[in-house]
Amino acid sequence: MKPAPFRYADPRSLEEALDVLAADPGAKVLAGGQSLLPLLAMRLAAPATLVDVNRVPGLDTVEVTGDGVRVGALVRHARLLHDDTAAGVQPLLARATANVAHPAIRNRGTTVGSIAHADPSGEMTSVLALTGGSVTVATPEGRSTVGWQDLFVGPLETSIAGPAVVVDAFFPALPERSGTAFAEIARRKGDYAVCGAGVVVTLDADRRVSAVRASYISVGLVPEVHDLTEAVAGKPVDGADWAAAGALARTLVDPDTDIHASADYRRLLVGVLTERTLTDAAREAAERTAA
Amino acid sequence: MTTKLFGEPVRRREDARLIIGKGRYLDDIGAGALAAAFVRSPHAHARITDVDVEAALDVEGLVAIYTYEDLTGPMAEPLPVLIPHPQLHAPRTGYALANGMVNHVGEPVVMVVATDRYLAEDAAERIVVTYEELPVVVGVDAAREARAVVHEDIPDNVAARHHQETGDVEPTLAASPHTLSFTQYIERSACMPLEGKGVHARWDPDDASLRVHSSTQASTSVRAAIAAKLELSLDRVEVVAPDVGGGFGVKIVHPWPEELLVPMAAIRLGHEVKWAEDRREHFISSAHERQQRQEITVGYDDDGRITALDVHVWHDNGAYTPYGIIVPIVTATQLVGPYALPVYRVVVESVYTNTVIVTPYRGAGRPQGCYAMERTMDRVADALGLDRAEVRRRNLITPDQFPYDHHLTFQDGRPVIYDSGDYPGLLDKLVALVGWDEAAALRADAQARGKLLGVGMALYVEGTGPGPYEGGHVQVLGSGKVLVSTGLTSQGQGHETVFAQIVASELGVSMDDVEVHTGDTRRFGYAVGTFASRAAVMSGNAVALAARGVREKAIRIAAEVLEANPEDLEIDEGLVQVKGTPGASIPLRTVAVLSNPLRYAFDEAAKQATQFAGPGDDSKPPVAPGDAPGLEHRDYYSPIRSTFASGAHAAVVEIDPQTWEIDVVRYAVVHDCGNVVNPMIVEGQVHGGVAQGVGGALYERMAYDADGQLQNASFMDFLMPYASEVPDVVIDHQETPSPLNPLGIKGAGEAGVIPGTAAIASAIEDATGRRIASMPISPTELYDLMRDETAERTAASQQTSLQTGVPA
Amino acid sequence: MTSVDTPRIDSERTVRVTVNGVPREATVPVRRVLADALRDDLGLTGTHVGCAHGVCGSCTVLVDGDPVRSCLVLAVQVDGAEVTTVEGLAREDHQGGQVLHPVQEAFRECHALQCGFCTPGFLVTIAAGLEARDRSAEITEEEVDELVGGNLCRCTGYANIKKAVRHAAATMREDAS
Repeated sequence: MKPAPFRYADPRSLEEALDVLAADPGAKVLAGGQSLLPLLAMRLAAPATLVDVNRVPGLDTVEVTGDGVRVGALVRHARLLHDDTAAGVQPLLARATANVAHPAIRNRGTTVGSIAHADPSGEMTSVLALTGGSVTVATPEGRSTVGWQDLFVGPLETSIAGPAVVVDAFFPALPERSGTAFAEIARRKGDYAVCGAGVVVTLDADRRVSAVRASYISVGLVPEVHDLTEAVAGKPVDGADWAAAGALARTLVDPDTDIHASADYRRLLVGVLTERTLTDAAREAAERTAA
Repeated sequence: MTTKLFGEPVRRREDARLIIGKGRYLDDIGAGALAAAFVRSPHAHARITDVDVEAALDVEGLVAIYTYEDLTGPMAEPLPVLIPHPQLHAPRTGYALANGMVNHVGEPVVMVVATDRYLAEDAAERIVVTYEELPVVVGVDAAREARAVVHEDIPDNVAARHHQETGDVEPTLAASPHTLSFTQYIERSACMPLEGKGVHARWDPDDASLRVHSSTQASTSVRAAIAAKLELSLDRVEVVAPDVGGGFGVKIVHPWPEELLVPMAAIRLGHEVKWAEDRREHFISSAHERQQRQEITVGYDDDGRITALDVHVWHDNGAYTPYGIIVPIVTATQLVGPYALPVYRVVVESVYTNTVIVTPYRGAGRPQGCYAMERTMDRVADALGLDRAEVRRRNLITPDQFPYDHHLTFQDGRPVIYDSGDYPGLLDKLVALVGWDEAAALRADAQARGKLLGVGMALYVEGTGPGPYEGGHVQVLGSGKVLVSTGLTSQGQGHETVFAQIVASELGVSMDDVEVHTGDTRRFGYAVGTFASRAAVMSGNAVALAARGVREKAIRIAAEVLEANPEDLEIDEGLVQVKGTPGASIPLRTVAVLSNPLRYAFDEAAKQATQFAGPGDDSKPPVAPGDAPGLEHRDYYSPIRSTFASGAHAAVVEIDPQTWEIDVVRYAVVHDCGNVVNPMIVEGQVHGGVAQGVGGALYERMAYDADGQLQNASFMDFLMPYASEVPDVVIDHQETPSPLNPLGIKGAGEAGVIPGTAAIASAIEDATGRRIASMPISPTELYDLMRDETAERTAASQQTSLQTGVPA
Repeated sequence: MTSVDTPRIDSERTVRVTVNGVPREATVPVRRVLADALRDDLGLTGTHVGCAHGVCGSCTVLVDGDPVRSCLVLAVQVDGAEVTTVEGLAREDHQGGQVLHPVQEAFRECHALQCGFCTPGFLVTIAAGLEARDRSAEITEEEVDELVGGNLCRCTGYANIKKAVRHAAATMREDAS
């Protein structure tokens, strides 16, 4: 379990990084490396060149505005987990990163890297989708914004091709009168989830449910956002039937079977986690909605 | 005696080096060694039609490539059948490198040696092996059906048919008031030490000798195997087990192919060679254990007393049988547990599959046996509507029945005769410790929190400390230092500490003066190995006997010097003294000096023993006939048979009826391993065993697909428990000394793992009312069981209406 | 010669890193993971590789104070960083003797290790965690669980490791007061 040979560059600017990537189609970006290094060790990936962006300045910022949170490519999960300002604007960031592996992994792994890795078992891919987020992709031609719907193509596969560096991810702010919750069930604490759920509940000014969205982890090939509003639309927040929303969710998902869980079991968990997280999220939404 | 150390929770001396990063594990040795890597079969069953190494030849740093064609003499023969048995009628072993056939994924085909492991893997990756795939056998049921076969010449896939019976089962069953029959399964897990295997070999061409370090549980036998296979004289081979990063059984198997190939390469290349197994290799080319199908018929009376037990086990032994049928024999004979069974019959059919070999993993067949017996007790209790503890109590062997002869033959070829125990005592303590009689209240409390709660228990008896023997050597130096050595090896059990405690106690010296060496054939050449909870029993007693020999000699010499009666002397704090006469004493170190009459004084102390140092007795030779110079003694302990430890575990589980997550919320252990040398270490062994028991019950399994590919050959997917998955354990002790050995001790190493699967299965069954007949069980499987209309319900479940998340 | 404008693409690099307070230098193939560089190039074999894919935590070391898996970091990536391994946890006293870190003492006192192979990873993780927290506060069970939760041990069943964390925290609390 030793990586196959590769060449290594640690450019000091984004332009340099793109130069190397442009010159070598077999080059791959290395940020936190917590998903990539195991693949290298097992020789399941063997890039010709690793372009380590850790020394590129300016990628390690978390910008928090009223619109949302922009997370730079070198921001580690651990930092986001403890960023109260970011959590104030988009609580899902801290709630989800708390579920990412173990502290030593969170100290090194990056949120943007895990999004670029496009693992449907990853927490942050799901959060990007649920919040309606996007990433900024730098290429030799310039920068572009790619919305989450256009980003995820398949398991471990994004639409980003050619020389490119994902320089940040933008998570829009939580809308007003909204609450969120995030929960997952893993075989062992810190493992990839057997199933996870992130939800956003939005109320109207009368504290009635106006929107319910959910996104799941380890369910389906790419992150999806499911609109569960119809199950509870217009219901007062205290009287909404969250179990009905769970039941609806179960009909919308198409999970797979693997050695840890059957598709049916995952579907069961989708229902349970949906109900549980919506209950919590609704409570939070109510708290954030003036009576 | 003031130096009483036996029985004390003495802190471990090993720790001093291990906590500062100065341990010396296999891969820490031989910084300049060449590195070996292997091309391993990607197929579970295939014929090798071609091996093409051409593309690897120009890899930088490549030193050598070996295939089967390069093996000569005994190396080209199959690996040994380590433990032959008359009922192992069709033993098969692999070759050090595959000879035209591969029978499981991971079997070594080509060895590459390069200047470092990275480069060795580069070369290995480029070697092209062409295979012709053959039908694959995975799992006991497929092996039993034998639609495909593993070894061409064994059409039924059966390696061995092991059979024992203590009476006429059929008529007894026919005459029994009740009988019930059932089939259950238990799956594969593995030892999975954090350090994989590893071998380092250094050939000294000037001395024509080989020094091998191996992360092994059996250095003396590895030495013998290397000498035999490489056609070296035994005195030219040394094998040392350095610090070993866990074993749990997998490192008792030997010689692993690498233990032969690495020394072979070192000799051929005239250079140190090292192989440190990586995790993937460990998963696919070491050993697993536990898969069995158990078909059980039990007869019992109205009170739940068993009249007869008839068990047919199908045991998956993997692709080969290098370790014989030890695991199935242990299952067959330890299954009976603490119970008096009037008639017992067991047949084990050990079958080949195209999977990694099955050899002992902590418990070594006992967890399966315990699972069979204890689940039988649960079924009988359920059928009669009796309390599970009560049914067990009615069947227990009572303290007045010892020694209790089961009329079975154990894994050491000796009778299964329980030496001592108090099983009702264990059960009483367990019931109190876990709060068995308060289960209803616990259940109600859990229900109020939306959880299903269940309790389960399992009892076991464990034959520990089997022979044939272990030895010990104790030597007192002129400096006062006491050197102790024993041949068996250590993998973290604290042997250095425990043996030092024993020797210090026996000899009357400070523990600080005692230095212990284990698993080094240079120091002690005769040994068997560390397995079957035998180290404390076997080497513990051997070093005690050796220490007693030293003590006797020291007192004899001191008596002459002090002109005292030997009976009046004692040794305390390193001083031989006349009892009750302070001042009339001689330091043990001086006795050591005097024990070795010298011509040459190499230091101050030695002067005392030289020929002109004092008046001698000219009428006697300096060393009396039959005596030997030096204050040392070597002795061996060879037991008449195994000693039987025992215990009882109980688990309380809570289950989320919506997600079917299973949480062990309380785990109680009552443990009896006779006299305890170091209670801190024994408790540590229990804790570790329980964690493996919980892992085996709820998390760990080797997930092979139908093609024989291991689906979870990584720590990401093979779910060894983290701290978050291991419950708190409460422990109570009982000490029933063994009458069989001088120290009265029984083994403790494996006990903790044995009843876990049985107790947890019982608790889940209690919580859910569904029969649990296959372990381990995961939430997804429990969910399947709960919504399976045809799934068997326990009788007890009729009374419980479940409020669950099972959809209608 | 390195030009600032053209990024260097190398197969081998010289890495300068401060390990346990001592400046070290090693020329390594760029694919070498930090764990191997520490062990094979710098001779610090206290860091153990248990799985090489980032799950077991045996190889955990501190990079600039934070616990990371040294099997999931390339040696070239720590150029210029400070690395602490298990060998660097103890400090020297005025007489040149060794003063163990409280967590090392606690592991011994509480029998928190058996084979010792996973121990270095636990020690550095727990030491860093205990150093980072408010020492004067009593440690909570949640903190204990977090500190031990990411490392695998196959021997101890973790009970005594958790005990050692509480023990070490208590010692550090006493020392702080």
